[in-house]
Amino acid sequence: MNENKMEKLDSVVIRFSGDSGDGMQLTGTLFSSLSAILGNEIATFPDYPAEIRAPQGTVSGVSGFQVNVGSGINTPGDHADVLVVMNPAALQVNKNILKPLGVVIYDADAFGKKDLEKAGFTTDNPFVELGFKDTVQIIPVPLTSLTVKSLEGFGMDMKSMTRSKNMFALGLICWLFNRELDKAQHFLANKFAKKPDLLKANAKVLEDGFNYGHNLHLNISTFTVAKSDQLEKGKYTIISGNKATAFGLIAAAEKSGLQLFLGSYPITPATDILHELAARRDLGVKTFQAEDEIGGICTALGASYAGSLAATSTSGPGLALKSEALGLAVIAELPLVLIDVMRGGPSTGLPTKTEQTDLLQALYGRNGESPLVVMAASSPDDCFYYAYMASKIALENLTPVILLTDAFIGNGASLWKLPKLSDMPEIKPHYAPESLKDNFNGLSRDEQTKIRYWAIPSTEGFEHRVGGLERNYNTGVISTEGANHAKMVATRALKVQNIAKQLPLLEVEGDASADTLVIGWGSTRGHLQSAVAELNKRGKRTAHLHFNYINPLPSNAEELIRRYKKVIVCELNSGQFAGYLRSKIHGVDFLQVNKIEGQPFSIEELVEHIEKL
Amino acid sequence: MYTNKDYKSNLTVKWCPGCGDHAVLASLHKSLADIGVAPKDIVVVSGIGCSSRLTYYMNTYGFHSIHGRGAVIASGVKAANPRLSVWQATGDGDCLAIGGNHFIHSVRRNIDINVLLFNNRIYGLTKGQYSPTSPKGFVSKSSPFGTVEKAFEPAAITMGAGGTFFARMLDVDFEAARVVLPAAHSHKGASVVECLVNCVIFNNGTHSAISSKEARAEHTIFLEHGKPMIFGADKDKGLVLDGLDLKVVKIGENGVKESDILVHDAKNPDYTLQLKLAKMRFPDMPVAMGVIRDVEEDHYDELLERQIADVQAKSRIKCFDDLIGTLEQWDM
Repeated sequence: MNENKMEKLDSVVIRFSGDSGDGMQLTGTLFSSLSAILGNEIATFPDYPAEIRAPQGTVSGVSGFQVNVGSGINTPGDHADVLVVMNPAALQVNKNILKPLGVVIYDADAFGKKDLEKAGFTTDNPFVELGFKDTVQIIPVPLTSLTVKSLEGFGMDMKSMTRSKNMFALGLICWLFNRELDKAQHFLANKFAKKPDLLKANAKVLEDGFNYGHNLHLNISTFTVAKSDQLEKGKYTIISGNKATAFGLIAAAEKSGLQLFLGSYPITPATDILHELAARRDLGVKTFQAEDEIGGICTALGASYAGSLAATSTSGPGLALKSEALGLAVIAELPLVLIDVMRGGPSTGLPTKTEQTDLLQALYGRNGESPLVVMAASSPDDCFYYAYMASKIALENLTPVILLTDAFIGNGASLWKLPKLSDMPEIKPHYAPESLKDNFNGLSRDEQTKIRYWAIPSTEGFEHRVGGLERNYNTGVISTEGANHAKMVATRALKVQNIAKQLPLLEVEGDASADTLVIGWGSTRGHLQSAVAELNKRGKRTAHLHFNYINPLPSNAEELIRRYKKVIVCELNSGQFAGYLRSKIHGVDFLQVNKIEGQPFSIEELVEHIEKL
Repeated sequence: MYTNKDYKSNLTVKWCPGCGDHAVLASLHKSLADIGVAPKDIVVVSGIGCSSRLTYYMNTYGFHSIHGRGAVIASGVKAANPRLSVWQATGDGDCLAIGGNHFIHSVRRNIDINVLLFNNRIYGLTKGQYSPTSPKGFVSKSSPFGTVEKAFEPAAITMGAGGTFFARMLDVDFEAARVVLPAAHSHKGASVVECLVNCVIFNNGTHSAISSKEARAEHTIFLEHGKPMIFGADKDKGLVLDGLDLKVVKIGENGVKESDILVHDAKNPDYTLQLKLAKMRFPDMPVAMGVIRDVEEDHYDELLERQIADVQAKSRIKCFDDLIGTLEQWDM
């Protein structure tokens, strides 16, 4: 190692970028895992196109993976310290991502005249053309040819050899950040367990990449990154939000003693939830890949009626298709968890990009008055907890629950302290008591809480019908009588409102005694925490209130909000939560910071906008 | 043992007097008693339409859902708990228009649900629009000059989608129902029973050419597996193959003997002849009734359970904590 030039950093942001077939996601994931094992916190941000293989070398096909490693990490970072680009298109797409003192490593073999033209460059020096400052360190490495050379004698064809160039880049980055290769080799061994030839080739290229950096003493500094000092002690892994969501459902099913049933239809960026659960036949999980989104939710509803913990996973367009069946779940009062991994809309919109624009659809996107529980997770790892809580609330209150996550936390990954099932809160489904035998009309409910009782088919003496028609409050017989309808509408609303009593109270973060309150919900938590910390550091005293439960609102929400003189709601839409809060809390001037660019907030822009207000 | 009363709910049935649905409901009550499955183990699922109200008239578990989605609700019930006897009540609009996609896919999956397809060739609950099974040229409120679209044939869709069971019955034929409905119950997989029902208000007499007692004998043929295809009031007519086509012959005429008559094979996996039988139309041919196709094949709900059992036998992951234990993990 060239220790004489080693720099120590609290955190560092690395972005790998190339064609969508260049293996950037794998490279980034491996580096993230490696860093976490060495004691760093991590936050990742896979940023990929909708096309599986867009035309090679064009900007539309660029796939990126950004990771922030170090200590005190809340987000994947606004700007990159190190950018690895496999072609000029990747450079073009990421032209604004690099910090002034950053490092660019690029594949010198892929920067020919034609490559540059394809990416829209008009000169032979793209760095000058983009106006890169001379403080940026630009490191050309002939990744392709070095990879081919490294694999001489492996008997591979040219195409297969060049596909391993991502491993050369990874080896180089490992050298740059002083990552021991044995750990990386271990991950590779897992990844290619069933393909020994590929494993051998990739391991060789990885090592040669590392040695290239080491031997040539590339004229750049290497880094060590601070280990985390903020984490609770314990066993950790790295988990994506979608996987954590699947695990939350699995945990809730086991805790409640129920079979888990997922009815789903593939949709970006939610499909990994289906993948994870489909692989869990060993835990008795039943996944049903339906013919469409409607089939996904309806099979789940059928399973719910039959006594399973039932869930359906989707994204915005799928939620739109499921809305009629959600209304059925509301009126039939059946437990159901719907996970919406939000993406850019409307319509097909930006399928792989992140947005918080389904909030109003989740709250109100149904015919009639059909209240249900809406909640949101705020980081990849807490998708586990909120999927678990969504299940608990659904089963204990016999109500559909929509859990909002999004492309950013669904596909992003963070460290996750491994839970034990015994640490999780009890789940007690609201079963019909034996005393109602032969006297259960399908609408019988606890008069205190208004929660309907759940009777499962095959239970003698509890035969009953449920359905989408309004029914008489007392007898359960279908009824169009006006006063009864009014009573049922109020009952369903009250039942959901009562859930507020079960929710944890909100706590203000940041400088709680400030005059300014920043409000956010869901996946913006990390960015807002960092922005508020920065504002406080600059002497702009700011408090932060973050919502995971949206309908009903936690019971102290109004009281907390009214304490502040200036209230700013920040969200990745045009102001949906702000509008919702206005409808619930009157006389407060809710200011807004909004962004709809298919990308998460940057801390920098948050600070800037909040300061201005 | 159970009687038909055990399956009857105490609600007043609100179909129009004379509606064919009354008869099918009565047949269902009777057949369930014949089968002897406990009301607590039955779930009746329906969508929207007159026939979908059937759920409320059953003293079993039931789910009256939304338009067209009965098949998927029923599939969810069955996949979640294969020990339940699951019945779907659906009409020609609910099943073949708005619910067409779910219908073909539940048939393709061969999930063990019994689909009672009430075909009156009309939208009744919305007061008389043509349906996907209305014949071309049909005049209705939404087709005042006659339709310009072809009708669906439920049998052809079922078999084309890989269906393993198809039967047909007339609303008024109680005897046939007591053969067909238990057969649908016994069949493991998606059982499609096309019930030809009359709508007295909006499409009265749509099946009258074949449904009166006299017409039934001459204009329909009740098919039974392993029995010759003979029909007629005097049991003197039968079906034979003429080249690749079916032909009606009279026994005793032109030297035709009873032994020349085709024998029905509902168990043949190749549906070619079964489909030909199902597609026979009055007046040229008798309309086929009874169990036309009944083929044993793996069914979804059982395969799913079996797959779970197989994976569980091999996996060392028995619970959530085991699953967590398999993750790459380290101390921090």
